[in-house]
Parts: sequence; structure tokens; C-alpha cells
Amino acid sequence: MDLPEEEFVAHGRGGCPGCAAVIGARMATKISGKKTIMINSTGCMCVNYGYNGAPLFPYVHSLFENAGSVISGIDAALKALGRREDVNLIVYAGDGGTVDIGFQALSGAVDRGHRFLYICYDNEGYMNTGVQRSGATPYGASTTTTPVGAKAKGEPRPLGRKKDMVRVMAAHGIPYTATASIAYPLDYMRKVQTALQVDGPSYIHLLSPCSPGWGIEPKDTVTVARLAVQTNFAPLYEITGGAAFKVNIKPQKPKPVREYLATQKRFRHLLAKENESELELIQQAVDARFKYLLSCENS
Amino acid sequence: MRQYLSGTKAAAEAAKLAEVNVVAAYPITPQTSIVEYLASFVANGELQAQMIPVESEHSAMSATYGASLAGARTFTASSSQGLCLMHEVLFMASGLRLPIVMAVANRSLASPVSIFADHQDSLAQRDTGWLQFYVENCQEVLDTILLAFRVAEDQRVLLPVMVCFDGFYVSHISEPVDVPTSEQVKSFLPAFRANYPTLDLTSPKMFNVMAFPDSFEEFQRDKHESMRKATKVIKEAMDHFAQIFGRNYGMIETYRTEDAELVLVGLGSMMGTVKASIDILRSEGLKVGMAKIKAFRPFPFAELAEVLQNAKAVGVLDRDISFGSTGIVYQEVLASLKHLEHEPLVLDLIAGLGGRDITVDTVVKSARLLQEASEAGYGKDRVIWVDANQDLLDIWKVGAAHVG
Repeated sequence: MDLPEEEFVAHGRGGCPGCAAVIGARMATKISGKKTIMINSTGCMCVNYGYNGAPLFPYVHSLFENAGSVISGIDAALKALGRREDVNLIVYAGDGGTVDIGFQALSGAVDRGHRFLYICYDNEGYMNTGVQRSGATPYGASTTTTPVGAKAKGEPRPLGRKKDMVRVMAAHGIPYTATASIAYPLDYMRKVQTALQVDGPSYIHLLSPCSPGWGIEPKDTVTVARLAVQTNFAPLYEITGGAAFKVNIKPQKPKPVREYLATQKRFRHLLAKENESELELIQQAVDARFKYLLSCENS
Repeated sequence: MRQYLSGTKAAAEAAKLAEVNVVAAYPITPQTSIVEYLASFVANGELQAQMIPVESEHSAMSATYGASLAGARTFTASSSQGLCLMHEVLFMASGLRLPIVMAVANRSLASPVSIFADHQDSLAQRDTGWLQFYVENCQEVLDTILLAFRVAEDQRVLLPVMVCFDGFYVSHISEPVDVPTSEQVKSFLPAFRANYPTLDLTSPKMFNVMAFPDSFEEFQRDKHESMRKATKVIKEAMDHFAQIFGRNYGMIETYRTEDAELVLVGLGSMMGTVKASIDILRSEGLKVGMAKIKAFRPFPFAELAEVLQNAKAVGVLDRDISFGSTGIVYQEVLASLKHLEHEPLVLDLIAGLGGRDITVDTVVKSARLLQEASEAGYGKDRVIWVDANQDLLDIWKVGAAHVG
């Protein structure tokens, strides 16, 4: 893959050390280049950009919940003005702005078939406001609104696993959806390239470790992201045409989920002896889900 | 050409004449047919525009500002709950200084549910940084939407505009409307070219980034000053409009105020009834006049004070209520009279909420109350529920006592 040396996310931006969301934006814009218009929902990235680290293309911080509709308007206006060709429209938004408050606008926008790429950088919580639970927080994770206490073991998630946005988006019948990881940059960037080429909406769900929110060292962002894939906790796959599955990474011998969870303070309580059964349930759920994905690929 | 048009059709015709590039809207009674007409214009090829049938009013306003930011002339329409759903995005549109025009078919707000007219919905958006025009009839709907685009897009203003007209009373009645030709409109409102920073790849800019305490206030002041300056731009536009189309509008419209001792002030369609009532009252010897506020934002303080300076008493007909305070228009009128040498007595006359008809009887009753107050010289700052039904109030009191 030929990548430009040019950087489209200028330095001086205000993110935390080791912020995976910034890495993800940098990689995506290596592919989309200067002919990009980007929308950020309210969240970490709008603060990163909004201080003093301007991207080198037109950029709008929308509101929290309306990135999907703002980009619909931009798509329509560029069409009406005869300027739609050769412009990459990208929404880059966190999990809160995507799976929770921005879900309606996103669903409406892809339902109407606007041509844009939506990248959700999923750091599994409201990290910009100080680590609160979102619809993408995994089972058992400790957040400030789902703390661990005498009567609670972190995020309860009664339905077992977090909202499966990739399949929800695929269920809209859109041309391309995928998961991605900053630890697999070529896979991620190929997906961005594919997504920008399809004629219609596309969606990429990028797992984005957050050092303060997850309780990891800034230097470990990429290692932790890689472990998420190697343990099958966050599998990499893509769905074309809303139906055709392809699992991109199939670990020969997946590492135990425990190894992934042990890297992060938010899961530390699950490693205690009395929570062994919890850990076993999580491992079973991860295994079942990966098996399911493989079966989708073969069907 | 004269055509029979409803208020909603007049609004859609105006947007078509303005050759809007993008329309994004969501249906809500009594606004819906504006969007339907526009959709049919686009479907028939009468209007070259992109139509976005969004999934909510919040998204309607969001898509509209996205399109405006990309350099398109944009139009939308809403009402009532839908307008409230747009509320936070309205600030965004005005803060980004986007010349969006929106038709508002005025309707009450729940609870309880009412689909009928009053001004609570748009007056609740009073402080969002949008210009607000209130109009009386179908001709005024069409004309004012053209005026709205002209004012919104003026570099001295660059703020969005609402054109408000009463649901059903104006939206759903048909009247003969003089529909101008496309050439006439073009000489008043030239083809659109965004004269504000847009999402331009050759000149990349960031929009809606953070402002810290060292600069935020200055952005707000600038918005306020632009709104105040809009008064001059509106008057210029109205003068030019009169030259081309032969119809005159002002910040306020007056009727028989020259020698009036009592003046009734208000917004919207009811002011037609007020004019008719004034003729009746005048024939009985009562010196009554009317001031219809057309531009509510920016508020015509000076113009209104001039009209009311010799009045003995002023009655504000408020088709709205700021709960726990007074009618909203009343507050504005009081503010404009503050600097007069002889401040007249002002009564707040609440009427016509939730589509209750403001009839000649309502207006005559209001004028009589005003005359009585004027003669007795009693209290300012009074809220009077002119047409509230005492029997119903009593029934509910009895009911409440029973339950309690």
C-alpha cells in the first residue's frame, strides 16, 4: 500500500498521550487525503482538533447527536452545486455519539443512502467527560457510572454483550461495514480505501483504547488493541452488501481473554478469585461469538 | 399572476421562486403540505433542488445547516413540537451565521396536545439568534419568505430567519395571491452565491471549534449587533420590494393610530380581525387603533414607541403565555415604552391559545377592558385572560377538590 508522507492531522493537537483516536484519524486521512470534509461529533476528537491542532481540510464539529444529518446536508448541497465528485465525506465520531445519542441521525442518513464514510472510534465509554458508561461499554467494565462496589461488578449489561453496531449497520443493507483496529494499520487503511470507493454509505467500527479510561499506560495503546484481536475479544471482519461476511484475522490459537482483561485497570476486579465464574462466562461468550462470525462467513 | 393559494402553498411557491438548492424537512401538522408541495416541485422538475426527507426535525435543522455550510441556499419548515426538537440546532445555525430560511406554521405546545394555532412554539425560540417575522395572510407569507432570504444573506446580517404564520388560519385557508414572475424575483433576490466561509477544499477552515472565556462573549455580542443592524437592512429590502412588487411592508404595520387613544398590539392573523373590529368600535366613537408587529426579532423598539407615544392605553393581545410571568409580547412592548415621557397604561390580554378563535367579540371585549382601565387609571402589569371560559375553570376546581 502506497502511503503519502504528508500528514493531514497537524501536530500540536490536544489529545492525551497514546490516544488511539488520534492514531485512527491520522491513518484514515492518509487514505482520504486533502479532498476530505470531516465531521466530528462532540467528544474527545473535537477537543483534540478544536484547541490548536487543525486538520488540513474543511472540518466541522457538529453537535453530539447530529453528525449523520449534518453530513447528509453536505452531501446534498455538494450534489446540488455540482461539486460532489472527488470529495471524501467522513464522520469521525466516538461510541457515545454513534451507538447512543447519535444513533437516530446515523440510521436515518444511511437509510437515505447518502455517500459518506462513518468511522466510529470506539473507546467504550464517555471518555471526554471522564469515563462514564456508554452503550458500547463491555460487560464488567468499571466506569464512573457503573462503578465496582459491594453490590456491583461494573457494567452489568444484562443482555450479555455490547451493542453490535457493525451488524446493526449491515442490517440497514448498506454497501460496506467493517471492524478495524489501530494495531492492524494496513487492514484498517485498506478498509478505509474500500469504504471510500463504494457508492453509498459505509461504516467502520474502530476499537480505540483509551489510556485514562481503560487504565493502561500510554505506551501500551497498540499492544492492548492487538491483544483485543488476538483474544477474539474484538474480532476483525467486514460485511459487504449487508450480507457477505469475511473474517480478516483468524488467530491459530487465540490467547485467553483473561490476558486481554488483565492489561486494564477497568477489568481488574474480574481477576479476583471470587469472580472466576464471571471470567469463564466472558470467555464462553467471546468463543461463541467468534464461532458465530465464522459460521456467517461460510453461509 | 394571481392564484388561489393556501399559506403552505404560498410558502412553497416562495421557496421555489427563491430557487433554493436544498430542502430538508420532516412532516408535522399544520406545516406538512409545505414539504409536500416542494417535494412535488422537485419531482416534476419545476425546482432543481436536493430534497432530504429526514427522520426528525432535529435532523432537518442539522441537514439544513450542513447544506448551508457547504454553500447552498437552504429552506425548511416546521411547527410546534418539531420546532422545539430543533431548539439546540437553532443556536448552532445562528452561531455559524448561516442564512437559512424556515417557514413556521404556528401551533401550540403539549401538554395537553393541541394541533391548533398559538404563538407559543416560535416565541419559545425567541432567544436563539434567529430573526422572526410574523405575518397575517397568504400574500404576506410569500412576500416575507422572499424578503427573508434577501435579509438573511445580506453580509451585514448573515443570520437565519423564521417566517411565522398561524396554523390553519393562514396555513390552510386559500386566498388570491399575487405570484411574481421568476424574473421579478431575480431582480430582488439574485441567484445565490454564498458570501460566507464554506466547506471549501481550496480554503480549508474549521467550524464550531471551542471558544474559551477570553473570546466567547465577543461572538455573542457580534451576533447581537448584527441582529440590531438587520433593522436597517430589513427596511432597505422592504423599500426595494415595494419598488418591484408594489407591496409595502414595515417593521410594524399600523391601522388608524393617528389619533388613537387606545391601541391594540399583537402578532399574526388575528390582526386582520382587529382591523375589522376597530372599524366597528370607531363607528361607535371609540378612538382605537392597531399596531401589528411584523418583525419580532430584531424587535422594533423605536418604531413601536413612536406609534404608541400618544396613546392613553395599550392592550397587548398575547397568543402565548410565559408561565408565572406575563405574555411574551407584553414584555417586549413594555420594554419599548420605558423611555417615553408619558408611559401609557399597558394591559396584557391573553387570548386565542390552542386555536381558540379570536373573534370580533374577543377584540371588542379587549378594547372595552382597555377603555375601562384607561378611565379608571388602574394597574399596569395586569394579565387578563380575555377569553378563558369561567365555567370550565369552575368545573376543574370542583373536580380537583373532589379528587383532593
